[in-house]
Amino acid sequence: MPLRPRLLHPAAWWLWGLGLATAASRTTNPVVLLLVIGVCIVVVTERRDPATTNPLWGFLAIGAIIIAFRVVMTMLLGNGVHGETVLFTLPRVPLPEWASGIRLGGPVTLESLLYAVYDSLRLAAVLACLGAANALASPRRLLRYLPATLYDVGTAVVVGLTFAPQLVTDARAVRAARTLRGHEGTGARETARLAVPVLETAFERSLGLAASMESRGYGRTVHASTRDRRLASGLALVGLLGVLGGLYGLLDASAGGALGLPLLAVGAALAAASLVVGASRERRSGHRRDRWQWPETVTALAGAVPAVVLVAGSVRGWDGIIVTPAPGLPALPLPVVAAVLLAAVPAWLTPRPREEDR
Amino acid sequence: MITFDHVSVTYAGAPAPSLHDVTLEIPEGELVLVVGPTGSGKSTLLRTINGLVPHFSGGTLSGRVTVDGLDTARHRPRDLATVVGLVEQNPSTTFVTDVVEDEVAYGMETMGLDPTSIRRRVEETLDLFGLTPLRGRPLGALSGGQQQRAAIAALFAAGPRVLVLDEPTSALDPVAAEEVLASLHRIVHDLGVTVVLAEHRLERVVHHADRVVLVDGGHTSDLLDPAEAMLDSQIYPPVVGLSRLAGWAPTPLSIRDARRRASALRERLVEASSRSVPELRAVGPATALSVSDLRVVRAGRIVIDELDLGLEAGSVTTLMGRNGAGKSTLLGAIAAQHPVAKGRVRLGASSVDPHAVPPRERVRAVGLVPQQPELLLYADSVAAECVAADADFGAAPGTTAALLHRISGGIDGAQHPRDLSEGQRLELALAVILAGSPEVLLLDEPTRGLDYGAKHRLGEVLSGLAAEGTTILLATHDVELAAEVADRVVILADGEIVTDGKAREVLSASPAFAPQVTKVMLPQTWLTVAEVANAIGRSA
Repeated sequence: MPLRPRLLHPAAWWLWGLGLATAASRTTNPVVLLLVIGVCIVVVTERRDPATTNPLWGFLAIGAIIIAFRVVMTMLLGNGVHGETVLFTLPRVPLPEWASGIRLGGPVTLESLLYAVYDSLRLAAVLACLGAANALASPRRLLRYLPATLYDVGTAVVVGLTFAPQLVTDARAVRAARTLRGHEGTGARETARLAVPVLETAFERSLGLAASMESRGYGRTVHASTRDRRLASGLALVGLLGVLGGLYGLLDASAGGALGLPLLAVGAALAAASLVVGASRERRSGHRRDRWQWPETVTALAGAVPAVVLVAGSVRGWDGIIVTPAPGLPALPLPVVAAVLLAAVPAWLTPRPREEDR
Repeated sequence: MITFDHVSVTYAGAPAPSLHDVTLEIPEGELVLVVGPTGSGKSTLLRTINGLVPHFSGGTLSGRVTVDGLDTARHRPRDLATVVGLVEQNPSTTFVTDVVEDEVAYGMETMGLDPTSIRRRVEETLDLFGLTPLRGRPLGALSGGQQQRAAIAALFAAGPRVLVLDEPTSALDPVAAEEVLASLHRIVHDLGVTVVLAEHRLERVVHHADRVVLVDGGHTSDLLDPAEAMLDSQIYPPVVGLSRLAGWAPTPLSIRDARRRASALRERLVEASSRSVPELRAVGPATALSVSDLRVVRAGRIVIDELDLGLEAGSVTTLMGRNGAGKSTLLGAIAAQHPVAKGRVRLGASSVDPHAVPPRERVRAVGLVPQQPELLLYADSVAAECVAADADFGAAPGTTAALLHRISGGIDGAQHPRDLSEGQRLELALAVILAGSPEVLLLDEPTRGLDYGAKHRLGEVLSGLAAEGTTILLATHDVELAAEVADRVVILADGEIVTDGKAREVLSASPAFAPQVTKVMLPQTWLTVAEVANAIGRSA
């Protein structure tokens, strides 16, 4: 066994996760969404980065909370979906005239509940994909590849990327400490009390990390002049905005899907340009960088395929992509299932992470 | 090398400046020790050297700080990174990567060294700091001391001309601390690196220092000769205390110097020691805590195996051993923070199994003050925290506040727990845990960041609690605290007990764990300055 077993390039895992998340965001088919979550769990179980504390479960828990919340809110308030199948009727609370648009209580239909479940399941699946990416390659490993030219944007990305997994770790620590004060550390009231200290701790840590990167020379002035630096930063900022706008267009079909792709392309081009401009001046060097080889390509593709299939499917309006909430199982397009299952391939085709004692 | 020219620092919203008109000039190749009580502005002083104050922290800095000719007003910390390396107080929050080796290489990568030299320097640095066996380990899985070493190594590898360290040895066991200081000594002497460090544990560092700066309330002294500085410093190590007691001049700073002068004192004490063997605290039967055949597995690794331990009611036991020996894990297993793989833990007279009872009942049997006391604190003011603790433990209103008053003697109730100094936070956390009046009190590394005054107060509080019948087990690297409070010392290595005995016997038998007074007075086994003073007083 080699001394330092190979780990997959972190960018490959993140591309895979983002691809799968894009796929999940385009469908409300519960079977497909559950498949996506299943694929995440399988791949993470097989290929987890041992340096992380497996944030996937935290993300899954948040997903479950979102679903439960949506269901309860739908029961109480309804969601505008009118169905035939009335499951039960809650006592209706009469509201004053000015609030006539809001309904409190009343009949609860199966269709409206299904709609709520499907819709929130989609969000849960997207979260599972992000959690999986976090668990497979810790964001800190990704950080090493973040170009120093993006300094100003980079620090923000540092804080953002490390915040969520740090949150999960700190939630565990604070919950454990909570039992020292005689609390079980579970339940809704407890969660509410934990929120502030956990957020504070995680935020402090992220800031500490940013300070440490600063004092260790991340983003040192590599440009000849301030003008150059501002140009590269400006280019990067506009590029990132373009990428974000484009992604938003792609992910949210209701908000101008036609604009999504071109915006994404332009943004990506701008961001790439700023990277090229920056990289040519960058003096940073690499120590044992992960290499991009065929398993990385396979992984990235395994994430891209379901994204492409589902985006194509939703644009063309295939059956069973957007499901009308109705009793019974929805239609299940075979190509979609095949594409999502394909995303599980990296669980076996990639090198196994080191499993030495921790 | 480093010049401070009338430097004052005021943080945003602070009523008074944290640093007040500091003018200093630190020459190249010196090892400068910054000495001062907690909250005196030491950390601020250190952080101005690489520009984190004010570039990152905010606040106003007036005057000028220049490092190697670079003005920190015009050069940001990242541009100073080639010149200054800063090791922060709590290294775990400053790691950029996940794995030891990557962390060591990170600084060199940002500096753009070529990969071949990075490889070479990584190897050298790993060897220098004894990190080679840990190179592939995740940083989060290292013990506190190992993390500290990794953080210093990572900074050192980048080859800065100035190294600034904030409390580099407070989390380390005595041997590891000695190793870190020896490597600092080496880089100062062989490579001409300028080192500025702040440290509360003067007994470990003062004899390595070339110059000392005293800081108090934001005011600094000039660069002083260490022996002169110790002559009238409010904060001094035990060996200096002994010297003041015996009237030695000039003040010895190392054990070696002190031993040369101590023969007269030793003779004077021979008679006294035969008469006054300090009496042991009265302790109850060994039923307060019983651990038998314990095995704890964490992340697939056996951390503790086949461990048996019984504690007498009302005794104070210190748990010592090198970093990563399993001390925190043992405390965590006793307080049911970690699951037990095998064996049993029983607490108190009624033999409570902490793993079988709900937290509400468990806190009556056992209380743990964790290594990071801030994890226990949630409220937005000290007073609110005390009220919450009363409610948590079902204690009478005002219990926690009264405990806090007794422990600390005055923390402003309106302050936010996160704005307290490290020592005050510990005192607050201790008060919170004591509100549950646990039979067994566990403390994990309570002396980190405490100055001598706060440590002495902690020692008195613990002795007082033990006298009232609380059984105390504390994990610490601080031999001086152990000498002050412990009845019994248990030394752990690789999850097994290697030594277990009366504090006096264990501490004076092992060179690594002997307190300074013992080292000076051997073969007599005095542990603290107070004991010696007492004996002289009685014999005179």
